[in-house]
Amino acid sequence: MRLLSLILTMALATLSFGLAAAPARADITVNVNRGDVQPLPIAIPAFNGGQVGSEIAGVVSADLNRSGLFQPLDPSTFTEHDLTTAVQPRFAAWKAINAQALVNGDVTTVNGQLQVSFRLWDVFAEQQLLGLQFTANPENWRRVAHKISDAVYERLTGEKGYFDTRVVFVAETGPRGHRVKRLAIMDQDGANPSYLTDGSTDVMTPRFSPTSQEITYMSLSPDSSAIYLLNLDTVRRESLGKFPGEVFAPRFSPDGSKVAFSVATDRGGNTDIFLMDLRTHATTRLTSDPAIDTSPSFSPDGTQIAFNSDRSGTAEIYIMNADGSNPHRISFGDGKYTDPVWSPTGEYIAFTKQTGGQFHIGIIKPDGSDERLLTTSYLDEAPTWAPNGRVLMFSRESPDGSHKLWTVDVTGRVLQPVPYPGNATDPAWSPLLQ
Amino acid sequence: MLNTKTALRLVLIGSAAASLAACAHHPKPAYPTTTPPPAPAPPAATPPPPPGPVSEAPLPGSTQDFVVNVGDRVYFDFDKYDIRADAQPILAAQADWLKKYPAVMVRIEGNCDERGTREYNLALGARRANAVREFLVAHGVDASRITTISYGKEKPIDPGTGEEADQHNRNAHTAIISGARPG
Repeated sequence: MRLLSLILTMALATLSFGLAAAPARADITVNVNRGDVQPLPIAIPAFNGGQVGSEIAGVVSADLNRSGLFQPLDPSTFTEHDLTTAVQPRFAAWKAINAQALVNGDVTTVNGQLQVSFRLWDVFAEQQLLGLQFTANPENWRRVAHKISDAVYERLTGEKGYFDTRVVFVAETGPRGHRVKRLAIMDQDGANPSYLTDGSTDVMTPRFSPTSQEITYMSLSPDSSAIYLLNLDTVRRESLGKFPGEVFAPRFSPDGSKVAFSVATDRGGNTDIFLMDLRTHATTRLTSDPAIDTSPSFSPDGTQIAFNSDRSGTAEIYIMNADGSNPHRISFGDGKYTDPVWSPTGEYIAFTKQTGGQFHIGIIKPDGSDERLLTTSYLDEAPTWAPNGRVLMFSRESPDGSHKLWTVDVTGRVLQPVPYPGNATDPAWSPLLQ
Repeated sequence: MLNTKTALRLVLIGSAAASLAACAHHPKPAYPTTTPPPAPAPPAATPPPPPGPVSEAPLPGSTQDFVVNVGDRVYFDFDKYDIRADAQPILAAQADWLKKYPAVMVRIEGNCDERGTREYNLALGARRANAVREFLVAHGVDASRITTISYGKEKPIDPGTGEEADQHNRNAHTAIISGARPG
């Protein structure tokens, strides 16, 4: 896999300026919890070093802008043009355009390797907040940019970023009714898309392992179904085996050692949830209810599983212990709840809700409290969490039949399309890359 | 079309035709004709009536016969999998047809409209396929002749959006996978 064979090293060399004695003023911070937060005005001028310097600054700017927490300022308003990481900025020039933060950087090539240094400044405190240097293969410049975005995001919000990540999804081509569905992967910002399967069978619901460069997905052909594991480094594919029915809805346990999934039996057509140990292939049945039980999703500590069941008569979200005991319902609002997905922080469970002829992506706490609907449209479904639990990506179908990927933050305030040009469904966000 | 079908049937009974052909080597006995040839018909005063319609129908026992004369698809209500009243005579006819042609194997494909999420619809489609399977088995079709699969909302027969398309797409399709006579 070309994307994964790239080498990226990160030198955590904090550049020092002798500014340690600068007066300790209150840092600028971005509160990620407030829905009405004003995005932080931030200046990100083109890095020195030619075109790649401009492009890195552009990617950082786009990343931070899409998070909704930052407002990158228009470079045409910048007045200081000879910035380098070797000197301190003229803060007055940045205060004048009300930039609260400033990111500047230099790009050089050393022994064929790209060396990117950058500094993050608190403009009004006249203080450096961060100084880092990255070394990478030149073709990896976008990853360097995403790592800079992550570093800036983390320094200013206090939470891990999610920009140096990828998304696996189903790329759909061809007319409705005869869609070719291929497994595909891209950077979280839609760049570098590539296909992982050839479209000869339908593939659905890819999900990342939380611990490795491995995904699990369902494959559906006219007369059979299968769940596969696919190693993204080796492109080696392995089936979970044969089952007495249709297998679907696979999802890894948090330690990556197990996959929970559903089987709709050949005899009876009922769907229950099973758990397979990937090392031994031993399979345990977790539900045996005459209702539909599907879409299992582990809590991040591995002790519980959220799932979808219509045992009450309509589709609702339930939680059970990881051994199948103590199933209990947590959703009680109007409409139908499906697609439960536990957040990486454990704080929320995302879901798809269908009510009043509309679809919504929403979140609810595991105790059933604090339900919030984040989106409303003709058809939203398949939420997946960014690794920091602050943003969800999902699939949106328009009444014209097109399928696009979108992101929304947990406040519901920042809703944006993912810049992938084709039809796409079933996104699955990777953990932060190493 | 008819000629093609006739030709096909002749091929199918080829071995029988070969033995008939063998008999044809023996000259037929000649019988004397005792009836005089008929008088030539008088010229018609009015144009002859148009030829009567010739109806064309699928060969009995073929997949086309099943699709056209029985019906290979039944429809469901939104988020439901119980067999509707309008589906029962179709499925009863499917059962009768399948009992008449016992070599036929079928796959019941459960389908859903798009107004539901992917995984839930795979489960719902499995219920629909099974509801049809159980109906056919209850009406005397051997269970070993039937397999089921759910396509969920992945294979809509109507590419449109809206309730009319959705109704078309909530169905179970009885697909003949082997054993039918060539059509």
